[in-house]
Amino acid sequence: MEHSETHSQDTKKIMRTGKTRDFLTIYIGGQMFGIPILQVQDVLGHQKVTKIPLSPPQVAGALNLRGRIVTAIDVRTCLGLSAPEDTTKRMSVVVENDHELYSLIIDNVGDVLSLYDDDYENTPATLDPAWRGVSLGIYRLSGKLLIILDVPKLLNSMMSVN
Amino acid sequence: MDDLIAEFITETNEGLGELDRDLIKLEQNPNDKDLIGKIFRLMHTIKGTCGFLGLPRLEKVAHHAENVMGRFRDGNLSVTPAYVTLILESLDRVRMLLEHIESHGTEAEGSDAELIEKLDVVFEGREAKPAEAAPVVEAPPPPPPVPTEPEKVYSAEPMDSDELQRIFDMTPGPMDMMQAAPVVEAPPPPPLAPEPSKEVAVAAAPVAAPKEPKADGESSLANQSLRVNVDVLENLMTMVSELVLTRNQLLQITRSQKENELATPLQRLNHVVSDLQDGVMKTRMQPIGNAWAKLPRIIRDLSIELGKKIDLVMVGENTELDRQVLDMIKDPLTHMVRNSGDHGVEGPADRAKAGKPETGTITLKAFHEGGHIIIQIIDDGKGLPMEKIKAKIIQNGLATQDEIDKMSMQQIQQYIFKAGFSTADKVTSVSGRGVGMDVVRTNIEKIGGSIELNSIEGKGSTFTIKIPLTLAIVSSLIVETSGEKFAIPQLSVNELVLVSQSSDNRIEIINDTPVFRLRNKLLPLVELSSVLKLELTQKGVDRFDHKYIIVTQVGSYRFGIIVDRVFDTEEIVVKPVPKILKNIELFSGNTILGDGSVIMILDPNGIAKSTGDIETETAVGEEDKDYHQGQLRTSLLLFQAGDESPKAVPLSLISRLENISIDKIEHSGGKMMVQYRGKLMTLMPFSTNVDLKSEEEKPLLVFSDRDTSVGIIVDQIVDIQEEYISIEPGTSSDGVIGSTIINDQATEIIDVGYYLKKLNANFFKNHGDEDFNSGFGKHDSGRRRVLLIDDSPFFRNMLTPLLSVAGYDVTSLESALKALELAENGQKFDLIISDIEMPDMDGFEFASRVRAGREWQDTPMMALSSHATQKDIDHGYKVGFNKYVAKFDRDTLLNAITQTFIEGEIV
Repeated sequence: MEHSETHSQDTKKIMRTGKTRDFLTIYIGGQMFGIPILQVQDVLGHQKVTKIPLSPPQVAGALNLRGRIVTAIDVRTCLGLSAPEDTTKRMSVVVENDHELYSLIIDNVGDVLSLYDDDYENTPATLDPAWRGVSLGIYRLSGKLLIILDVPKLLNSMMSVN
Repeated sequence: MDDLIAEFITETNEGLGELDRDLIKLEQNPNDKDLIGKIFRLMHTIKGTCGFLGLPRLEKVAHHAENVMGRFRDGNLSVTPAYVTLILESLDRVRMLLEHIESHGTEAEGSDAELIEKLDVVFEGREAKPAEAAPVVEAPPPPPPVPTEPEKVYSAEPMDSDELQRIFDMTPGPMDMMQAAPVVEAPPPPPLAPEPSKEVAVAAAPVAAPKEPKADGESSLANQSLRVNVDVLENLMTMVSELVLTRNQLLQITRSQKENELATPLQRLNHVVSDLQDGVMKTRMQPIGNAWAKLPRIIRDLSIELGKKIDLVMVGENTELDRQVLDMIKDPLTHMVRNSGDHGVEGPADRAKAGKPETGTITLKAFHEGGHIIIQIIDDGKGLPMEKIKAKIIQNGLATQDEIDKMSMQQIQQYIFKAGFSTADKVTSVSGRGVGMDVVRTNIEKIGGSIELNSIEGKGSTFTIKIPLTLAIVSSLIVETSGEKFAIPQLSVNELVLVSQSSDNRIEIINDTPVFRLRNKLLPLVELSSVLKLELTQKGVDRFDHKYIIVTQVGSYRFGIIVDRVFDTEEIVVKPVPKILKNIELFSGNTILGDGSVIMILDPNGIAKSTGDIETETAVGEEDKDYHQGQLRTSLLLFQAGDESPKAVPLSLISRLENISIDKIEHSGGKMMVQYRGKLMTLMPFSTNVDLKSEEEKPLLVFSDRDTSVGIIVDQIVDIQEEYISIEPGTSSDGVIGSTIINDQATEIIDVGYYLKKLNANFFKNHGDEDFNSGFGKHDSGRRRVLLIDDSPFFRNMLTPLLSVAGYDVTSLESALKALELAENGQKFDLIISDIEMPDMDGFEFASRVRAGREWQDTPMMALSSHATQKDIDHGYKVGFNKYVAKFDRDTLLNAITQTFIEGEIV
């Protein structure tokens, strides 16, 4: 992941001090999201998923990850977005919640970023409730905003819906 | 928490569990010195260990309780129920303190002065009641009988507890180490500081172990076992499961390639993995007795609280099942036993009025049956009050009077499994709050089990729980519908039917609901694709063409599931579904198949629930299905051999069916042999008419008894039928018992004994060639009823047709216990024939019970035994048998039966 962006991050680091946190950036419907890096277990390409009848719409199915059964969640559906045209190019981020593995299907995976606590802000109250519910806050990056995805809340909210 | 404390808690809990059982035994048998000694030692260990770990409060309670036990042991105080209650109370206190330590890591605040005072009163013999004091004349207990045990020094003399405590604290090292001199020196003297105490405890463990075997023989077994953390086993199990999956994958890959150098090592791997899987499964197996350990105590407390007399009989405690399953059924079982004690068994007065013995009996039985464990809870109490249940059903608006009138007894009884249904008049602390049976049923069904109820008002109730042996690995049928694959546990599949809409095997439609005629009964059908809300590939009735029906049964509700395709069966490792999917009742789990794909496992219970009300669907006529004029249905294998006429043989006699190539048959010593499973098996054609040349393969009926197998070659296997056999004797040809009508055709019932005798003389002892049919039989006034009890299915199936053709009405049972049940149900027989060597209850005990009971007191009894010494025979006559016959001699047996009847008539 030797990108120019990482390089600019490094130069920034010289100028700035303060605590940083690491996030894996992902893209859903053009919006950048971040998942705390320690929550991420795996990043997968397109996988063959077994459909689960009668399951909630957000559940895309189940897949076999090295002998463990992982439930695939379509994050687009969770956020109220329509399905993309080409599903084969989508990627997944595997997270663990409550001793169970979930594979979050998203559009694309970006870099790992170290973000300064100074750039953090609370979620704006005006955001769509479906988004606000799963957002831990916003980081102001140069040129764009990054929403921190609250993974446990995302998964737990699905369980309460059912 | 400190590791030592954690270990101590586990150990003590185990010890306490054992104590509970022992104390109840003690009450029944107060003079059992060994038992008292054992209890004393256990109490003592608890106390000793507490000392190391710095748990003064717990230690004090255990110490004072031990004092009282000491007096029991020394024999200067006799055990009375009141004392046992007191000891149990202290045990409860110990348990309570332990729980607190377990959850908080420290001892609870508070005082046990009251309890200790009670214990001291007993210990010091200061009791007010003269009756109790009588055996304790020498109030100051005698000097310590075993001077090598220093704790006796103070426990023998009445002192106040502080004084005792002081001495106890001063005593160097733990009590367990007293005899082991070298170790006593090792630890630093006052073991209360945390650091040294650890060393002491560690050092104590190996010392304590060798001490035990000296005390009683059974503990030496303990040295051969290891305590392993459950997590380690669980982990091992998961890994073995993965290994099984990987092996399946490998097998699948090699299957597709014909010649492969991997085939042989893979075969080997396959075996090793299977063995490993069995081995690991075994480590998870625990005797069901573990789940029962608390029950004697519960029944005891219950009987005291409710003023009833209840005996708890436990049969089959050693039946093993998976730990996971065991955990799941523990609570339901406890609940049900409590229910039986509270609602089932009546008080002594009521029982006397009903003409029953004052003491009620609750019997717990566990045994294996075809991949399942059957647990029965039987009480001889008052049974379910039908009128009350009916009233309650109407009151709760569950059904109308009209509907109830049409229901069978069993259907009405099923209502007690509904939520909020209690017929108890008053809510006791024990039960009657109406939560319970529905929870019990839900819990049992959750693990793929079922529960059935059979109750006769006034006679008692029997609950039968059927649960799978293990939940971890199940053999499953892989099916497909609407392009998706699913697994169905093999255990719930009764049979498969291929439907063809152009033939008789077709699905019919009633208002869009498909049904199927299965052997002249209508089978409700469920389309898997519609319950799973999958898209139908076709519409209309034609969509059912070439579909499969999976016939399943949930409780007594039979239904069919329509699927598109059926693949093979696979051993699958059940993994729980993620929480998100927990509320989809149709799935019991998911798994990874050999090809690496994830598949959902269907739960037939859930499917049944999602489609209709099971309770009301209970098939009418279910009750008398099994019995037909007192006769059991017998499965018969129909075949053809030699000629066109159908022949039949009891299916249970056959151990397996094989196809055999005629060219594989070898001839030796005038006999036909074939190599079968690494041994030589003797063969013969069913008759000389069976053509052994024209075809390459012929079906072979294999009969086995212990190690010996013999085979009979036939022409064609026709069908398997369940029939009530009523045999008409009269055919003169050898090897035929008689004929019966099956499918409107006269069918010859084959005398297997005749062929087995020809094939292998060892199958039976000696035989005359006389026709055993002559000279017996038809008594003018109907057929004599004979009850046959033999645990070997082989001989049971052998003798039933034999006796039947000799003109007797035969009821055969596999155990003496079942026979006694029949006696209670008021069944009458003219003669009882019983095997001697049987598990659970042998023939001798059975005979003495029969003679002691009222029902069959005067029925003649005949003993059957494979080896009869004079001593056995004498014993047999003594306990009440009228005749003693060698098991394999059927002519003598038949003669003896007639003889018995003739004698009976003369009398």
